[in-house]
Amino acid sequence: MAEYAANIGLEVHAELSTKTKVFCGCLTAAGAPPNTQVCPVCLGFPGSLPVLNRAVVDYALRVVLAFNCEVSRPSIFERKGYYYPDLPKNFQISQKRAPLGRSGYVEFPVDGEMHRVRIADIHIEEDAAKLTHPEDDRAHSLVDFNRAGMPLLEIVSEPDMHSPSQVEGYMNAIRSALLYLGVSEARMEQGQLRFEASVSVRPADRAELGIRVEIKNLNSFRAVLGAVKYEIARQTKAVQAGETILQETRLWDDLHEVTAPMRTKETAMDYRYFPEPDLMPLVVDDEWIARVRAELPELAGRRRERLVREYALSDYDAGILTAEKALADLFEAAVSRGAPAKPAANWLTGRFLYLLNERNLTAADAALSPEALAEVVELVESNTISGPAARQVFDRIAFSGESAKKVVAELGLTQISDQDELGTTIDEVIAEHGDAAENYRKGKESALKFLVGQVMRKTRGRANPKLATELLEKKLKAD
Amino acid sequence: MSTSSSLHELTAAELADLLARKEVSAREALDAVYARVEEVEEDLHSFVLLTRETAERQAAEVDEARAKGEPLPPLAGVPIALKDIYCTKGIPTTCCSRILEGFVPPYDADVIERCRAHRLVFVGKTNMDEFAMGSSTENSAFGPTRNPWDLDRVPGGSSGGSAAAVAASETVLAMGTDTGGSIRQPASLCGVVGLKPTYGRVSRYGVIAYASSLDQVGPITKDVRDCALLLGALAGHDPRDSTSLPDPPPNYTRALTGEIKGLRVGLVKEFMEYQGVGVAPEVAEAVKAAIARFEELGAVCREVSLPHLNYSIPVYYILAPAEASSNLARYDGVQYGYRSADADGIIEMYRNTRNEGFGAEVKRRIMLGTYTLSAGYYDAYYLKAAQVRTLIRRDFDAAFEDCDVLVGPVSPTVAFRLGEKADDPVQMYLSDVCTIPVNLGGLPGMSIPCGFSPDGLPIGLQLVGPPLAEETLLRAAHAFEQSGQFHRRRAVPVRQRKGRRSAVVREG
Ligand SMILES: [Zn+2]
Repeated sequence: MAEYAANIGLEVHAELSTKTKVFCGCLTAAGAPPNTQVCPVCLGFPGSLPVLNRAVVDYALRVVLAFNCEVSRPSIFERKGYYYPDLPKNFQISQKRAPLGRSGYVEFPVDGEMHRVRIADIHIEEDAAKLTHPEDDRAHSLVDFNRAGMPLLEIVSEPDMHSPSQVEGYMNAIRSALLYLGVSEARMEQGQLRFEASVSVRPADRAELGIRVEIKNLNSFRAVLGAVKYEIARQTKAVQAGETILQETRLWDDLHEVTAPMRTKETAMDYRYFPEPDLMPLVVDDEWIARVRAELPELAGRRRERLVREYALSDYDAGILTAEKALADLFEAAVSRGAPAKPAANWLTGRFLYLLNERNLTAADAALSPEALAEVVELVESNTISGPAARQVFDRIAFSGESAKKVVAELGLTQISDQDELGTTIDEVIAEHGDAAENYRKGKESALKFLVGQVMRKTRGRANPKLATELLEKKLKAD
Repeated sequence: MSTSSSLHELTAAELADLLARKEVSAREALDAVYARVEEVEEDLHSFVLLTRETAERQAAEVDEARAKGEPLPPLAGVPIALKDIYCTKGIPTTCCSRILEGFVPPYDADVIERCRAHRLVFVGKTNMDEFAMGSSTENSAFGPTRNPWDLDRVPGGSSGGSAAAVAASETVLAMGTDTGGSIRQPASLCGVVGLKPTYGRVSRYGVIAYASSLDQVGPITKDVRDCALLLGALAGHDPRDSTSLPDPPPNYTRALTGEIKGLRVGLVKEFMEYQGVGVAPEVAEAVKAAIARFEELGAVCREVSLPHLNYSIPVYYILAPAEASSNLARYDGVQYGYRSADADGIIEMYRNTRNEGFGAEVKRRIMLGTYTLSAGYYDAYYLKAAQVRTLIRRDFDAAFEDCDVLVGPVSPTVAFRLGEKADDPVQMYLSDVCTIPVNLGGLPGMSIPCGFSPDGLPIGLQLVGPPLAEETLLRAAHAFEQSGQFHRRRAVPVRQRKGRRSAVVREG
């Protein structure tokens, strides 16, 4: 049976985090009551006109340059026409024939090797309003225009991915870059990052691409990966059976984990693009490009190399830290406050990520402050608190944002390293567990471990375990 | 002459002078205007809405301020009529379309803000072809306006209500919009002055769009001085309109020197005939007489040819409907305006709302535009038309190397009869053959009275300048106007008791 290869392309829609909307001065802050961040422009009222927000171009340029794209000069805004109640003008201002950026690429590691995906096009467009369909009123739908006119960046890749792991690597690289560049909060669950995929399969020995199927309704990384896997399998099976793949748009069904064809009526859209006459062509001059380029922050790959170099971290730890900008930021901030690098990194890549995963959160959602992290590290290193106590403290400060010292004081967790204080407890333990003491003296080494455990229990974990062991040994041998 | 009964007949400059000297009040001027409206409006139908309450309040505020000795702008207290295409906060705005039934804008257009800042008094909203699509004002959802010079004839369009109101002294000043001639052609047909400024000179913010790359707001007035005064009030940069020009506007009245010696005037051959057919003889004659007058005044006149102007009509009727089909997509019954009561589901609501809400000409242009923008047709129509538009602009650029002003007729004929072209869209489209190229070029263009037909119908002369040459146009127009009497004639629309309607003309 012939081998088949897949070609996968992704369109990423990222909501930019500028203060105001793309063509009007309305605020973009999330959480406002419906239809309170609106004006005649984003409502598409008669007579209203768009005015391009310079900050949106700044943000978009960061991405365009970071992804090694050429800048179209000029780039042109166009109207994309279709009727839908979430589209106040029944056209969307977008870019088509001359997008802001084109012909770039992104590189990211997959299974230990760098993979390159070409970027066809990066363009600016406006978001549509948000529709809700109340359960108790089937005759009406509700429209929230707060989202109408929010700035979106669409990043269109070439079909250069061939496996789900490459797709995953690409999505992570895009999300990480958006966060590093400070242009989007990229929260999937708030719809700030949306995907559309195209999948085709071909005999592995043939270069010509197969028929392209587009997949929509992908609202999470999981959905994208599920849809891509499903579609590769479906198309491969169809091609092997000698069937023809239809060029169509399919919808991903999250519940049943399948794709199904969209109604043809919706796919046969003619958007009637033409240049937006209300906006002048956007000319980004050399100076503008130079300024944005000079201000480009370090992206994940470079930072990872630097963390290895500057802090003597393993490449693995540096990779985990830099995968999320907020995590690496925490690390460097804690180190700059005096925390030794290795234990600080361990806390973040270990306990912190464990806690985040457990709660399905990202580092940016947690309240952990670099000061508190530095304190925890310092308290452990100086033997002020025990390991178990440190974990107890850390679990709290990770989400409360409190000072570690304050929590230690409040909970009375300071490690008992005082010989006299510990000595008293040890005497009590020996008295209460005469059998164990006797066993130890008879040469049963494991009895010592039990007795140390009893000391820890009695002190509610505050005893310095090393000191407790030493004192126990001393006392038992002396007796 | 300043009896309050004839105040409406004054020019804005004359009235402003009396107001400033406190010889009359803004309220008296307004009352005179409304008295005139009452007298002739039934026959003319220039207005679709009289904003009497607003106007009386505005007039009272001006009078109060003047009594207190507060400094006021020069045109403070002068009545103005507004085409029903500008968004006016709290005042219904319909574009004379059923689809905007009940729409009350929550904001003012930039030009309306400027009018308020200049303390002009809003007489009312004037009639127009629906969404400014037409050349006769017959396409209004509210019924046609009639020409004050002959009630059987059209006032031109689409700003026909504004032009008729000025011609009949139902207002002192008026504003229109011009996408393919909608200020100049009705000004010509009604014997008044109209100016379409350079594209971008006046903000389009809050002006309901027909064809965005061509639309421009401008004055319609009784004479050239008023035109300069009102243009000065309307022009200026607006950051809310990305196509607005940053150049600060000059004081246009300073251009009215009467001196045009050495002015290089080019008579455009393509304005005088289209596809081998010349303009009406009385129009050609009046334009030639105007050229002779310019020469007497010291201008240097010659004939020039701009060959690509022959493609103006097809280019315009591709580009303008394409933009219109998109601009008018928002009228869907969802947020504002008319919504069909009879609809099951969203698609049917769109369909019924638009089918019931738009008139025939608007539908025709939406269909034209939708077609030419469709996949597979874009390159052959829209793109090609945009390329030819560039050639037309180059023709103008070349002509302005040797000329300061280009002239020709505004309209190939005098006002035609109501219904005469209503069933023949192409004939109607041809009435804008001389004005459309100026919009395609983004240039300033002006219409001033230059004669009358044997039937006593006004004929307009068109002046066209390079970008931002409004001062040159006004200077030439003013010199021409002051050398004759055409601007002093006033239309007196009255119905004869018996027989067919006609107009009486008297010297004012
Ligand atoms: Zn807004």
